[in-house]
Amino acid sequence: MSQITSQTLTELVKNIKEKKISSEETTRAFIERGEKSNDLNTYITQNFSSALNKAKNFDQKPNFDLKLPGIPMAVKDLFCTNGVKTTAGSKILNNFVPPYESTVTQNIWNQGAILLGKLNCDEFAMGSSNETSFFGNVQSPIDKGLVPGGSSGGSASALAANLTPITIGTDTGGSIRQPASFTGTVGLKPTYGSCSRYGIVAFASSLDQAGPMSKNVKDCALLQEIISTYDEKDSTSIDFKRNEYSKELTKNIKGKKIGIPKEYRVDGMPKEIEDLWTKGVEYAKDCGAEIVEISLPHTNYALPAYYIVAPAEASSNLARYDGVKYGFRSKGENLIDMYEKTRSEGFGEEVQRRIMIGTYVLSSGYYDAYYLKAQKVRKLIKNDFDEAYKKVDAILTPSTPSAAFKIGEKTNDPVSMYLNDIFTVPVNLAGLPAISIPAGVDAKGYPLGLQIIGKAFDEQNILNIAYAMEEKIEFKNKITDWWIK
Amino acid sequence: MTIDLKTIKHISKLSRISVNDEKAKKLADDLNSIFKFVEKLKQLDTENVEPLTSVAETTLKLRLDEVKSKDIRDQILKNSPEENEDFFVVPRVVE
Repeated sequence: MSQITSQTLTELVKNIKEKKISSEETTRAFIERGEKSNDLNTYITQNFSSALNKAKNFDQKPNFDLKLPGIPMAVKDLFCTNGVKTTAGSKILNNFVPPYESTVTQNIWNQGAILLGKLNCDEFAMGSSNETSFFGNVQSPIDKGLVPGGSSGGSASALAANLTPITIGTDTGGSIRQPASFTGTVGLKPTYGSCSRYGIVAFASSLDQAGPMSKNVKDCALLQEIISTYDEKDSTSIDFKRNEYSKELTKNIKGKKIGIPKEYRVDGMPKEIEDLWTKGVEYAKDCGAEIVEISLPHTNYALPAYYIVAPAEASSNLARYDGVKYGFRSKGENLIDMYEKTRSEGFGEEVQRRIMIGTYVLSSGYYDAYYLKAQKVRKLIKNDFDEAYKKVDAILTPSTPSAAFKIGEKTNDPVSMYLNDIFTVPVNLAGLPAISIPAGVDAKGYPLGLQIIGKAFDEQNILNIAYAMEEKIEFKNKITDWWIK
Repeated sequence: MTIDLKTIKHISKLSRISVNDEKAKKLADDLNSIFKFVEKLKQLDTENVEPLTSVAETTLKLRLDEVKSKDIRDQILKNSPEENEDFFVVPRVVE
């Protein structure tokens, strides 16, 4: 049996059920590795002693019918956890202890999992490199000084570094898929309405979705079937028939039609991304899929539309942080002064920038020119996908336009940072599911991912395609433990 | 179109985020580069396009308006920066 921390979720569940390892042993192994990994800065809050107690309790009265029996795991610090500090990576929530639990995490604990701690992320999930967190940037286990991607950077780093066997993130414009791609892991952004948003710190409500991050596709399918439930506490939760994704997983994708959108061949795309994509097409053909050239003509307008819609919704969502009922408060001479100082001192630079953009595009005289325009463009982007799906079952693209970059490389140029999300953002605008799987490495050995985009509610299909391709790709993540002294 | 310092000050007031002159200058530069980037949308004719407000094309479900969480005042007040028995406390607003 291989080392506990390097096992997949599926292996751990099997070994615990067969009593080869206990929940306590498993939990202790992840805690010990976590304690040696502070240099990665993945944790905002460690919940280690409570986790160990819960593991001991599980072992005393084990329930092996559960899907995650005594499995320890850490989650992005954007999910409210009852009694455990939840910061969203922000100073303004630095002392916030939720009196309630998010639906997605509750679903996970209901299946027997145990909370190891809360993972670092970009502040309010606004960022593509985990450099906007109030709690400092996260290191990628892939190489020293490398960003793990964002905003679910702590989640991706902890997963790739074997500090947690599985994790969850949130994805508003690529925040699960891009860090998965940067760290050689699997990340799924489900269909909008699949996973409840209740108890998740809101960024852009019409785009936000929680989703699983894992070491392989099978683990991803298992976690997705656990977290995806209809929830009346989220008014946009959708009541549709959800599969038992892991049970129905199949590598038989013979005859599936996979679209290749020509507009994703963007100017200045590095040759290694182009090559990866070509290789991906070959893998898909090897699996028996049929490749179809398609067009998504408005792709180029997705990112500009996103950078109006997302900040507009964020400026409205983040109006609640006023220093009155919870969170950080600054001293002010009067109420208004208190609000203004609290928000100026409590929010970081990127969050303030996006609130300003959002406020501007929603302000009187500019609403039609920007916000309404962006919503119309959003419709055109969705129409593109609807058209394409008349011809194909799924779409294959690269996950990102480059491999991971160095910490500090893009922090002074917001637009160049935003361009990172060029392949992921259209999916959020159209509300579709998409999965990123590791598919190769660049010249420096840094992981690169391929993205498979599905029809709405068709998670099973993209999981199947990913599962089939994963076997052909045979990707092995190279983690050297450079940060462990 | 360029966003000047006066506009930044106006937006900062609407956003309830105080900015000093130095910060306003930096924000103006950033916003101008971002808006230059989104200007591209103007190339598209969207005259007859319906705006997409929600991808979930379902009507919102109705539910009964009933209290489900009771007696949670203490829990709610626990996170407040300043409290006074049953209330949140803010700086004086009436003279």
